[in-house]
Amino acid sequence: MTATTLNHAETFDQLFKEKLPVISRNDLASLTRLRNEAIALFNQNGLPGSADEKWRNTDITRRLDLDYTMHHEDFQSNLDVEKIFACEVPDLDTFLITMVNGWYAYRNSALRILPSGTIIGSLGRALREAPELVEAHLGKVARMHNNPFVALNTAFASDGVFIYVPDNTVVTKPIQMVNVVDHHENLFMQTRNLVIVGKNSRLELVHCDDSHNHTAGFTNTVTEIVMGDNASVDYYKMQNINDQSTVLHSAWFHLGRDARLNSHAISLNGGLIRNESVVTLSQPGADANVYGLYLMDKKQQTDNLVFVDHAAPNCTSSELFKGILDDYARAVFNGHILVRPDAQQTAAYQSNRNILLTDKARVNTQPFLEIYADDVKCSHGATVGQLDAEAMFYLRSRGIGEENARMLLMYAFAAEVIGKIGIENLRDRIDDLVKKRLRGELSICDQCVLHCSKPDQPITFDIDMSKI
Amino acid sequence: MLLHINDLHASINGKEILKGVNLEVNAGEVHAIMGPNGTGKSTLASVIAGREVFEVTQGDVVFKGKSLLDMPVEQRAREGIFLGFQYPVEIPGVSITNFMRTALNEIRKYRGLEPLSGAAFLARMEEKKKLVEIQSKLTNRSVNEGFSGGEKKKNEIFQMAMLEPTLSILDETDSGLDIDALRIVANGVNALRSTDNAIVVITHYQRLLDYIVPDIVHVLYEGRIVKTGGKELALELEEKGYEWIKKEMEGR
Repeated sequence: MTATTLNHAETFDQLFKEKLPVISRNDLASLTRLRNEAIALFNQNGLPGSADEKWRNTDITRRLDLDYTMHHEDFQSNLDVEKIFACEVPDLDTFLITMVNGWYAYRNSALRILPSGTIIGSLGRALREAPELVEAHLGKVARMHNNPFVALNTAFASDGVFIYVPDNTVVTKPIQMVNVVDHHENLFMQTRNLVIVGKNSRLELVHCDDSHNHTAGFTNTVTEIVMGDNASVDYYKMQNINDQSTVLHSAWFHLGRDARLNSHAISLNGGLIRNESVVTLSQPGADANVYGLYLMDKKQQTDNLVFVDHAAPNCTSSELFKGILDDYARAVFNGHILVRPDAQQTAAYQSNRNILLTDKARVNTQPFLEIYADDVKCSHGATVGQLDAEAMFYLRSRGIGEENARMLLMYAFAAEVIGKIGIENLRDRIDDLVKKRLRGELSICDQCVLHCSKPDQPITFDIDMSKI
Repeated sequence: MLLHINDLHASINGKEILKGVNLEVNAGEVHAIMGPNGTGKSTLASVIAGREVFEVTQGDVVFKGKSLLDMPVEQRAREGIFLGFQYPVEIPGVSITNFMRTALNEIRKYRGLEPLSGAAFLARMEEKKKLVEIQSKLTNRSVNEGFSGGEKKKNEIFQMAMLEPTLSILDETDSGLDIDALRIVANGVNALRSTDNAIVVITHYQRLLDYIVPDIVHVLYEGRIVKTGGKELALELEEKGYEWIKKEMEGR
């Protein structure tokens, strides 16, 4: 198809009408119904503008004002994934799933079934091979109302990742999903991921966005994660994309009784990165920790929107988001905690802390607690400041130069979030990348965000911050 | 002469705190600067170390033949100045190990020395920790975070031992210490005394000087050094109190 600007809602509607037969080729009837419902919802309100509360500080139409190409079916014949993306993870042993330009790389292969019964594969394939599982959950967690990009994704997406972990199963290795963008056109990509984790089961999921060249990619991804009773999920979202690119990602978590979620969003580079995390604590005893770290410079922007819905009693949630903004960078934090009337004994905490390195950098932080139960412990806090002058003086008084003193303090600030990463090798790698980023040495890589440091080329620093 | 302070005037927000301080410190000496609250003792320490909020309006601070006043704080440290803080700063997320390794290697680089190897650095840490009876765990913790008053002051002397400065200014190192911690800190300082370096101890009380015995005692009052004597001056002050100095000054 030809490239076109996408800053008008009508364009999407026309495209939908024209391409529905292609988009829905693998659909179950219920999914096609959902698509029609989605586009109708999208058409009602169109693209969000500055009048929308959640988009007040984020001009999305400007980012759509480019010529994009949208492919509705796989356009990469005989793609050699190994050539684009060779996995060189020395320490991090994962099940690797690669998406290239919005399409599941080994799309022609059947769903992979591990000995434990865990199923990994493309959503397109799952629609054919495991329709009952998909139908039971797809579109059930993500809400399209007041979410135009979720509606758009629901209408158009026909590929993505499907993971099913049966009850009583511990997935021993982390599953790593990598979205690689490497194409000569400006691509507009919409992928849909569905992750189902059964009762008493455990999954670690690493989800990377990575661009390999400098074309302007626009990714609109929706990930639904359904967690059964006593299920445990550690979810890591890593983003390192070029300055021309936009990533909108909404992650929807539905937690059953006593389920435990740790979610991390680490945003290192990107034109506009917008992460929306919606966590529903649907049954008593569920616990969610939602963490985020964003390091932005130039004219980059990161938005984090977190909505934690305490829908049952005795649930706990904790949010910690920290950011360092340099140059003209911007960040938005919007944290909404809802405690419903019968969600007694709720404990919910939220913290957003920011360091602005210049007077041109900007952050808009909006905590919002909406509490209808009376027996709850809730707190929130937001800070925006500079590096601590006393701490700077203390470090410098020991002979540490100003640049390195700043680096130590910035790293220390970020380290609180890095320290929450539960997979040791991943934590070390992110630690390296953050140091590199703070020194201004991290650009978009020719490898995924996790593979930047090759074992034969160790990253070196003036400051040796390695653990001794 | 190691340090020569000549007619030093310094002010903060337009208010003059130091009003003509003169001080000479030679290698191998321990000086004590005493005086009541608010007379400029900490200001003097800060100005020597290079705290930028103070403005030097007159006079000079010459260290090993070079004026310190135009040097940024880190360069003064690399030249061999060490300030023991009255209120050591808590820095969450920066481990003492990384802090000291970075500092030490930057100082070594300034002096044209190779960075210390990991093993040599560790050995030095172990050795210096013993000096102030620091438990091994302390070094993996963030700088001063959650430390007791005693731990913070021990950590200051530990840093002094690690960096081996030529001139150490210890600003009220005895404040907030119980008698056991005071003894440990003082023993550490005494172990670091040598003929090549000098130590300036700033304190209110004679108590610390029972442990760190000074060669020369100065009394700072209203921004000037008004009295200088031997260690017996500290005892006299303890006995007569600062009222004695005040009366004497007013009588002039």
